[in-house]
Amino acid sequence: MGIIEAAKLAFEYKKYDENGEVEETIRAVDGVDLDVKKGDFVAVLGHNGSGKSTLAKQINAILTPTDGTLYVDGMDVRDEKNIWDVRKTAGMVFQNPDNQIIGTVVEEDVGFGPENMGIPTEEIWERVEESLKSVGMWEYRKNSPNKLSGGQKQRVAIAGVVAMHPKCIVLDEPTAMLDPNGRKEVIRAVRALNQVEKVTAILITHYMEEVIYADKVIVMDDGKIVMQGTPFEIFAQVDTLKKYRLDVPQVTLLAHELRKAGVDLPECVLSTEELVKALCQ
Amino acid sequence: MLRDITLGQYYPSDSVIHKMDPRVKLFGTIVFIISLFLFQKISVYVVATLFLAAVIMISKVPFSFMVKGLKGIFVLMMITVVFNLFLTPGTTAFAIRKLKVTWEGIRQAAFMAVRLTYLILGSSVLTLTTTPNNLTDGLEKALSPLKVIKVPVHEISMMMSIALRFIPILLDETDKIMKAQMARCADFESGGLIKKAKSLVPLLVPLFISAFRRANDLAMAMEARGYRGGEGRTKMKPLIYKKRDHVAYVILLTYLVCIIATGNIIAF
Repeated sequence: MGIIEAAKLAFEYKKYDENGEVEETIRAVDGVDLDVKKGDFVAVLGHNGSGKSTLAKQINAILTPTDGTLYVDGMDVRDEKNIWDVRKTAGMVFQNPDNQIIGTVVEEDVGFGPENMGIPTEEIWERVEESLKSVGMWEYRKNSPNKLSGGQKQRVAIAGVVAMHPKCIVLDEPTAMLDPNGRKEVIRAVRALNQVEKVTAILITHYMEEVIYADKVIVMDDGKIVMQGTPFEIFAQVDTLKKYRLDVPQVTLLAHELRKAGVDLPECVLSTEELVKALCQ
Repeated sequence: MLRDITLGQYYPSDSVIHKMDPRVKLFGTIVFIISLFLFQKISVYVVATLFLAAVIMISKVPFSFMVKGLKGIFVLMMITVVFNLFLTPGTTAFAIRKLKVTWEGIRQAAFMAVRLTYLILGSSVLTLTTTPNNLTDGLEKALSPLKVIKVPVHEISMMMSIALRFIPILLDETDKIMKAQMARCADFESGGLIKKAKSLVPLLVPLFISAFRRANDLAMAMEARGYRGGEGRTKMKPLIYKKRDHVAYVILLTYLVCIIATGNIIAF
């Protein structure tokens, strides 16, 4: 059984006009079937408004599905009494690094989650140390979060979730507000967590470069899952991706154009090295 | 630049007073303030002066830092002194035309000045040696008996510490919005008071909107990390009394006893 299982999952927003009457109903997530296995690294792609953030918030039980079923580690998210356990199982990292750090000192912020779970003091300290080390922020534990760079803040936020020992971590566009260096730092931290600690990672993003390491890529459009497969399978379909207003990594695009122009290249190229190798043969 | 400002006026050092439990310091400040208002005798103030001087010495905070706090209340102090000088009834010392200065007035004014000065000095020892966070923690723990009468102590202290965290961020944001509006020809400098106040509208509206948005995001992030109020929460840095705190309590009580004794025994 997978850690996250969704069947015909749907979520509706109601848009109200000035008189408080329902103007229109927007189905942000519309009939999503999803099965994520333990230890997987899943990337969710989609342009703005494709429903990927709504999906993420449902996994963390911040939003309750209006239709369909969603099980997180066997727990039904629609059941009120499961909410806190679901949040413990599936941690969430948000987009804006400033708005999710609660503590005035790095270590205090990482301790916030375990404090809420009612964990004894000594164990909180152990967890804080272990999770700050796992994202490489241990040296900054006494700093004020205000003095860190965006990438560092986001790593602190990840450590804050890791300290709760979740089985699954959902990252809702964690790199959208970061510079290229910060983006690399964060993605490296997420991959390390996934590979070393075997935490299931669900990465929501619109940067194609970040998904090439994923085990599985899901493309969403208009609340529905429109493509699913390994990065290799997804990026082979450059023209379909363009239809969903998504860009493929530059190397892949270059290889695709070269192939169209008649150069003998494999169907999908994901990295510069691969392309160099293929071209030099 | 704005991000580097330190809130409150914490002066980092490793003195015994710095390490002390914030509850002891809170209690100490209150005891000291009460002791200042108990008696109006010079002898009592001598004891208070000695005590304050000793505490300042132990805290290792330079005296110049303490005095900074006094500047703010200088005007208030002058007003109090002048009123006390001229309006206290009693035997006249000298008179400027119709305004009489009495001996009692001089005495009263001097006591008032010393009192206010000590009040500020005493409470700045608290704020200079305690980080704002530590102070909120101390307040939460010290006020926790009030939970019985449904005072939301945990929520208040949580709000205070979140406010402390967001003040530098919002200051930074104000700076950004100001620059953005100035790039659109907003004028924050010229004109009289009313015009200046009006010119703040294009600054305050976006600031408020962004603050609400941040609050919304933060609330969601807190819930996602399992926050559901103070119940069932453990502390990462619990406040536990150590030996030095017990010693400090004993010293404080001895001080209070000394004050009462001198006030009652010595006549001047």
